[in-house]
Amino acid sequence: MFEYAPAPESRSVVDIKPSYGLFVDGTFVDPADGGSFKSINPASEEVLSEIAEGGAQDVDRAVRAARKAYDKVWGPMPGRDRAKYLYRIARIVQERSRELAVLETLDNGKPIKESRDVDLPLVAAHFFYYAGWADKLGHAGFGPAPKPLGVAAQVIPWNFPLLMLAWKIAPALAAGNTVVLKPAETTPLTALLFAEICQQADLPAGVVNIVTGAGDTGRALVEHPGVDKVAFTGSTEVGRAIARAVAGSRKKLTLELGGKAANIVFDDAPVDQAVEGIVNGIFFNQGHVCCAGSRLLVQESVAETVLESLKRRMAQLRVGDPLDKNTDVGAINSAAQLARIKELSDAGAAEGAQRWSPPCELPERGFWFAPTIFTGVTQAHRIAREEIFGPVLSVLTFRTPAEAVEKANNTPYGLSAGIWTEKGSRILWTADRLRAGVVWANTFNKFDPTSPFGGYKESGYGREGGRHGLEAYLNV
Amino acid sequence: MTATATSARSDLSELGRSETALRAFLHGLPGVDQVGAEQRAAQLGTRSIKTTAKAQAIDLAIRMVDLTTLEGADTPGKVRALAAKALRPDPADPSCPHVGAVCVYPSMVPYAAEVLRGSAGSGRPSDGPGPTNGAAPAGPGGVHLASVATAFPSGQAPLEVKLADTRAAVEAGADEIDMVINRGAFLAGRYGEVYDEIVAIKEACGGADAGRQGRPRAHLKVILETGELATYDNVRRVSWLAMLAGGDFIKTSTGKVPVAATLPVTLVMLEAVRDFRTATGRQVGVKPAGGIRTTKDAIKYLVMVNETVGPDWLDPDWFRFGASSLLNDLLMQRTKLKTGVYAGPDYFTLD
Repeated sequence: MFEYAPAPESRSVVDIKPSYGLFVDGTFVDPADGGSFKSINPASEEVLSEIAEGGAQDVDRAVRAARKAYDKVWGPMPGRDRAKYLYRIARIVQERSRELAVLETLDNGKPIKESRDVDLPLVAAHFFYYAGWADKLGHAGFGPAPKPLGVAAQVIPWNFPLLMLAWKIAPALAAGNTVVLKPAETTPLTALLFAEICQQADLPAGVVNIVTGAGDTGRALVEHPGVDKVAFTGSTEVGRAIARAVAGSRKKLTLELGGKAANIVFDDAPVDQAVEGIVNGIFFNQGHVCCAGSRLLVQESVAETVLESLKRRMAQLRVGDPLDKNTDVGAINSAAQLARIKELSDAGAAEGAQRWSPPCELPERGFWFAPTIFTGVTQAHRIAREEIFGPVLSVLTFRTPAEAVEKANNTPYGLSAGIWTEKGSRILWTADRLRAGVVWANTFNKFDPTSPFGGYKESGYGREGGRHGLEAYLNV
Repeated sequence: MTATATSARSDLSELGRSETALRAFLHGLPGVDQVGAEQRAAQLGTRSIKTTAKAQAIDLAIRMVDLTTLEGADTPGKVRALAAKALRPDPADPSCPHVGAVCVYPSMVPYAAEVLRGSAGSGRPSDGPGPTNGAAPAGPGGVHLASVATAFPSGQAPLEVKLADTRAAVEAGADEIDMVINRGAFLAGRYGEVYDEIVAIKEACGGADAGRQGRPRAHLKVILETGELATYDNVRRVSWLAMLAGGDFIKTSTGKVPVAATLPVTLVMLEAVRDFRTATGRQVGVKPAGGIRTTKDAIKYLVMVNETVGPDWLDPDWFRFGASSLLNDLLMQRTKLKTGVYAGPDYFTLD
């Protein structure tokens, strides 16, 4: 046997402070009521740092700082000068990418391979991309001189902490807004390191404010009357609450919510690559991906072959220490999320679907869930309808292209979908009929700052990325 | 594997009898998505192989090297030196394993045999059952003697010439024949012709006196010359064609065209041998050749073998590297791992 020796990335490249304050008006400050919470490493349950919990008063301070910066500095600043700051941030992110990647992996539990090769390059790419737009807004298709909205309140999830921050902050700043961002309570550390990067880049005080905390902090932020724009990425349930909260106000809202994407494999698909795509679709980032291909729809005539290959491939997945460069599947982000994954997969087994996982040893400490597939799943099963947000794949079969489309669309969500076939005309036929914001053909989970991303139906509204992503931050 | 191949399990040997059946089968294989295959190969290339795993991989890679010289300028002296190196790659370290084989032109086989077996043409094992491995039993030193044949590298010669070339190499003492396929015929869609030629060469691998003396036949490596086939779909088809016709190994390249072995091409071939074994029960070896020069590259290939076809292929009987300069880099890295410091190039023999 060829056993790979441990190849851990050194964690000494990043300096984690024992505690962090809130980043308001260019400096770190203590919260008004002194509350705090702990951020832990989900792979070991070790406490990484003590984080300030922002209350209503802190949110108010941050929004005021953002307003002042918008009125006095960032709003009036010419686009070319805003671009300079964004380019500078992008370069610093690249220079400090190893540090950021290790920190992301420690706080989130995702494999270093992914934070290093996917998250961080995309973060830098988003800043570079929107830096380029800052002085060209008149050419974005929203009129000759589109104006920013003002202060943007942004609430982001824990699955791609720094990348979601980049998706939110880069277009907002490029368009001339200032921001108050609340990272998720389980993964605040890279956002706080990003705050240090803003200082390093000499970004004017108050342009970016980071207020850490949990749901109450987020609620205070989106409900604050001084906010002109709310952007949220997270669960559909919270998204609904936010939509209700801002209803009837002048606040503009974009939501990027849950998904239950269908990954459709036709009988003429390139089998080996389709299997890679299925694995990437559902096990990438432990399945903590809103656009994960969590429903595999495979044509009945090739179902057996595809499943055999899939199981063989899953047996090669290396689950374990996220800092090991050879790890493919890391830790589940939190105990709460692990409990939800367990609950739904137990429901799947109880409802009669067949459960399968490759033999794999899970570490004792930390939150872990083995890559799992369910076969014999029908549209009536909970695991075919509800978002699991974990490394759990539900396999359904279909007989005809029309049935595939019907099943794929038979969900309240509509964020993404995948099509696997060697036939170009079938790709176009299917993509035309799928109600999903992103449709990948013969690939999955491909992201690029130039390409808009967003959902249909209960997966949200508004687009992030590309020229379209600017619209959410412009007064159009 | 495809449903086609699984259901046709017992019939695969019959495919070669009909051009139509062969064509239908090869065109019925699932396609290869170029972007996906290249992405997977690149992903496997990011594995980090360190310390004990690296030491293990380097020794395995050394044992898998087909130490090759295929130059117009080859002389008996050059070939003898190469064969000596094959037996003792690192004269300073007796714990260093020998390589898998020496690979030379047919006219050079006797000189290599002298060194590998003591004397030309007589050192092959004459007893024991027929081999079931991808590789035939080696000489006393454990190093196989491979020879290219069939009008290498172009393959553009009449069949009779190719057969004579093969028989001569086997007679001279080669226990492995690296043949080139007729790419012209393959690209023109004359699959039956390619198939028949491989079958004929395989037959000739028994030598002029095939069947007599109970000698094991030489093992047949089929060079696909993937650099001239252009698409991964073609690589998968021709891999199946070579295996159906009886090839013991499938090999990427001659090393004589601009594009030689690449990771994605090897990935497609590994998937083919894996699926072929599932369909037929017969295991076929894989040999990437040309352009693999560094330990880092070699380890990427081993990782790919490990994660695509598994430990069954992690053996010199089932996986080889066609290379020349690779060996010295492996030796250099091996010494570095053992001593902690790099020795200069002059500490490694140039043959």
